[in-house]
Amino acid sequence: MSLLTTPLHAWHQAHGAKMVEFGGWDMPIQYTSIMPEHHAVRKAAGLFDIAHMGRVKFTGPDAERFLNHVTTNDVRTLKPGEIQYSLVTNEQGGVLDDILVYRFPQYFLLVVNASNRIKILDWLEKQRGGFDVTIEDLTAAWFMLAVQGPLAIQLLAPLTAAPIADLVYYTGTETQVLGQPAIVTRTGYTGEDGFEVMLPASHAEELATKLLEAGKTQGVLPAGLGCRDTLRLEAAMPLYGHELNESTDPFTAGLAFAVKLDKGPFIGREALVQAKANTARPRRVGLQLAIKRIAREGTEVFDTTGSKIGHVTSGTASPTLDKSIAMAYVPKEFAAVGTKLEVDIRGQRVAAEVVKLPFYKRAT
Amino acid sequence: MDRSQLKFAKTDEWLALEGDVATVGITDVAVEALTDLVYLALPTVGKQYKAGTPFGEVESVKAASDLYAPVTGEVIAVNEDLPNNLDWLSADAFGKGWIVKFKVAPGTTLDHLMDAKGYAAYWDTRAH
Repeated sequence: MSLLTTPLHAWHQAHGAKMVEFGGWDMPIQYTSIMPEHHAVRKAAGLFDIAHMGRVKFTGPDAERFLNHVTTNDVRTLKPGEIQYSLVTNEQGGVLDDILVYRFPQYFLLVVNASNRIKILDWLEKQRGGFDVTIEDLTAAWFMLAVQGPLAIQLLAPLTAAPIADLVYYTGTETQVLGQPAIVTRTGYTGEDGFEVMLPASHAEELATKLLEAGKTQGVLPAGLGCRDTLRLEAAMPLYGHELNESTDPFTAGLAFAVKLDKGPFIGREALVQAKANTARPRRVGLQLAIKRIAREGTEVFDTTGSKIGHVTSGTASPTLDKSIAMAYVPKEFAAVGTKLEVDIRGQRVAAEVVKLPFYKRAT
Repeated sequence: MDRSQLKFAKTDEWLALEGDVATVGITDVAVEALTDLVYLALPTVGKQYKAGTPFGEVESVKAASDLYAPVTGEVIAVNEDLPNNLDWLSADAFGKGWIVKFKVAPGTTLDHLMDAKGYAAYWDTRAH
């Protein structure tokens, strides 16, 4: 199967990107290496091509009711311009995807993970019976770029018609960018201030080039999926396929805030009521290792007596903290901050301690 | 270290032989491909290794890799400061970035290793 490409594919290659397959797409993993790109986002800004993310538009009289039926958060509480983190769950309460739901005056938008786009489109198609809703996949026609970091606002504001400084976190606006119809939102997946921009695919290169030109003397860099992962991990944001999957319920994953059991019926609600009642469920914790070795996905976690108690879902060398960090699922009794544990890295037992999540939180 | 005097293994170690002492490190191109090194495990002085067996590990944000002994011999010295100065591996792979010295076993030959030109050609055949 040939890989999908975003409208910025040639631009990545022209900027020296190393490309890898991700969720069926040919995407830049890094242009230089992970560390400098990571630091650029924390200290200046980084530009991420996120056009691989699925974007699905919902119109029609039942759009709100339909989305409330297929997602766990309460769509009805959204005012125009507001965005919410939510989950699509199956009847068993397993997570099919973690998503963002955007409400605009005329329509709703769902942003889904690249690797889950087709699965979610198929799932929505199966669930739409009895709802008067039109579902449109905008992924190919619209480009999407994230500009993340403390300088993001000064890079993007001059290109945008609307006053984006007025946007609070998790809101967005329909406006113009480069004179084109666009959506600008104050969202991201890095733990840093920043924006995500959607505009027609025809203007992808112009947007990326203008943002980079505006910031390159201040340390702004194009940033690949490599640092996107280290950034989101420091911010303790879950990644589908790692912290989340169809056999993990949202409460175990620590995402209770995105599940509104009292909003009325929705797919998976009965199972989720039971999952919430099961207080013996494992917990998602942060681990900090005693040495710099990386506890990668699947690394086994032990208590100090040597009993296996859990596994790592993501781990990396945190560029900001200069420590080895990981997220893991462990039983409740081992989840308290300060608990001493061990991980097995290629046969070596390495001391690890449960630490507070997120590992990194920006000063506000 | 003069690169033209070095020998190279397919597993990206370099070797410099002086008398019966082989100094071993990892090549600059291999370090560059690993990028963002975070950890290096050194062997213990006195330990014996057979050619082709792992004697240590190097880990980057991307992956962990074993280091393989290019010759059979006994570890007589390790670069103890290197694990805390991993940038030496990228800045000076064939000098300050040396990893270990082996006293090679009697009768050791280097015929199974490549010269600089052969290694460069071999490197280019691999996907990175």
